Amino acid sequence: MADTAIALRSVASPVTETRRVRATLITLTIVVMVLFLIAPLIAVFAQALNLGLEPALATFNDPDAIAAIKLTLLVAAIAVPCNLVFGIAAAWCIAKYRFPGRALLVSLIDLPFSVSPVVAGLVYVLLLGPFTPIGAWFLEDFGVRIIFAVPGIILATIFVTFPFIARELIPLMQDQGTGDEEAALSLGASGWQTFFYVTLPNVKWALLYGVLLCNARAMGEFGAVAVISGKLRGETVTMPLQIEIYYQEFRALAQVSAFTLAAVLACLALVTLMIKTWLEWRYADQLAATRSGH
Amino acid sequence: MELAIRNVRKEFDRFPALHDVSLDIRSGELIALLGPSGSGKTTLLRLIAGLDFPTEGKILFGDEDASFKSVQERNVGFVFQHYALFRHMTVAENIGFGLKVRPSASRPAKAEIRRRASELLDLVQLSGLENRYPNQLSGGQRQRVALARALAIEPRVLLLDEPFGALDAQVRRELRRWLREIHDRTGHTTVFVTHDQEEALELADRLVVMSQGRIEQVGTADEVYDSPNSPFVFGFIGESSSLPVRIENGELWLDDRPIDLTIEGAPNGKAQLFFRPHDVELLDGTGGIVGAVVASRRVAGTKRLELEIGGGRHRVEIEVPATHPATNASRVAFRPKRWKLFSESGQPYDPAPVEAVSYLRAPRLQAKVSPAAKAS
Repeated sequence: MADTAIALRSVASPVTETRRVRATLITLTIVVMVLFLIAPLIAVFAQALNLGLEPALATFNDPDAIAAIKLTLLVAAIAVPCNLVFGIAAAWCIAKYRFPGRALLVSLIDLPFSVSPVVAGLVYVLLLGPFTPIGAWFLEDFGVRIIFAVPGIILATIFVTFPFIARELIPLMQDQGTGDEEAALSLGASGWQTFFYVTLPNVKWALLYGVLLCNARAMGEFGAVAVISGKLRGETVTMPLQIEIYYQEFRALAQVSAFTLAAVLACLALVTLMIKTWLEWRYADQLAATRSGH
Repeated sequence: MELAIRNVRKEFDRFPALHDVSLDIRSGELIALLGPSGSGKTTLLRLIAGLDFPTEGKILFGDEDASFKSVQERNVGFVFQHYALFRHMTVAENIGFGLKVRPSASRPAKAEIRRRASELLDLVQLSGLENRYPNQLSGGQRQRVALARALAIEPRVLLLDEPFGALDAQVRRELRRWLREIHDRTGHTTVFVTHDQEEALELADRLVVMSQGRIEQVGTADEVYDSPNSPFVFGFIGESSSLPVRIENGELWLDDRPIDLTIEGAPNGKAQLFFRPHDVELLDGTGGIVGAVVASRRVAGTKRLELEIGGGRHRVEIEVPATHPATNASRVAFRPKRWKLFSESGQPYDPAPVEAVSYLRAPRLQAKVSPAAKAS
């Protein structure tokens, strides 16, 4: 016994853990993953197909469901590009400049993570609701309703998903410093050329992860949107809200619809994950080059 | 391109990095900015490049005031300390970058850019590496690519920040010679920053020695080495030993003994004596400076003695022939052949008769050393 133990130990590297520790850690990780990630995912699909394929597909004949899917895609399509611009701008100024209030800005970026989305939604209602000065001004002068309407949903989603892209970019851009930008400028590049040819390519992978995370959250956001939407069916109900509405109706068919829509949402997440994996595989060499740049 | 720096001051957050610096750089010259870290040498280089703007003063490119021109307008080639190669571009793309970003009117065709890039790769002796990425190159190769990239824009001035700082000694020496060759071939006015005096002495036409945001001395390697004008320069360039002495009626005294050195026209009082460890003559008698050997080291062809003088109050190093019989605790008397005296405030006592004396004595001294050399 003792001999084999010694033999095993002499084979393993002295700076990694023993086989037993490694096996335990790997098993633990897999068990947790299956229990908390994969099993629920399977359950969602199983519930959706509980009564067969037809009732599940019938969900897509409900105009409310279709409107919810469209609204969710619309909200994501607006919120993600907005946060792309805000995130890059915030990361840029935090990583590349020194200015008073910089530390405050860094902690403010995390605010949406630390504040409950419901509170965020309520704040928007109190600030921009139809009976507040700003809300009334928008409603009367522009005829635009913000709260209990699509603009409010978009605003709340932007707020909640703001940190994702900035958080991905800040550490990387701080790490890279301003050397490459200075080099580009000294070679005669303009500010925009420097940004598009040098800064952006240097952070494009972090940017991609940020966008994917931001998109996943934008499509899945519930709390803030629930407060702000007013739940006008077919108008201000996003997919997560629609799922909840179906789920609250105690009809068997509605239950199926709830899980079908949940499955669609899960599929959207899976697709983004697959795109990310495929890109990583496709550009593995480039990724390695940028990571070990120096 | 001639450069002139006129009374430039630079502050960072009210912390002064350069005080009233003035410097003229001739066209085609190779200039080294030499100094310890924090001396302001990189700050000065960045001001010349236009990567920073001066708080006060002017920077002239020829007759044109470039003080507040942007780095793009100045058309300088800047080689960064860590090269700052664009990691997502190939070597050829890196070199061609400066041409690619030109406005369309003056931008060469793609094929022309490609041709220029491989021409420059030839110049820096890296032909055939066009399609490599920076992380596939060694440190020395990256340095060459960085230089080729800076040269591609046909700069008016070439600026290099610690160009060999991150390379090992062998590659450094090689690249130094190579940079000199490139400079002689292309004729660019070149300014480089270094903290390595050997590099500066070997490579530059003129050295600018800097300390604490000021220029201490400007001159050729010979001038700076042979007649340093401040205690700092004497201590920083080459090896040096110093002793606190007293001037009494033109004679130098160390503690309570005269040391057989005289200076004319210097007021009585305290002063600092500087000399090079190898510029000393050994004395047989008890005249001159006498010290007890506390350590001896063999350094290549010579021997280094560390002497304690005045009962351990001062320590100096001198160089003696390797065959010198000194052992620990033995007493050695010597006199600096060449030396320099600075007042307490760092002012040199001029005109020093030192030079004349040492040159007159030099042949005799060499004759004195040579029998030992022949014997060995």
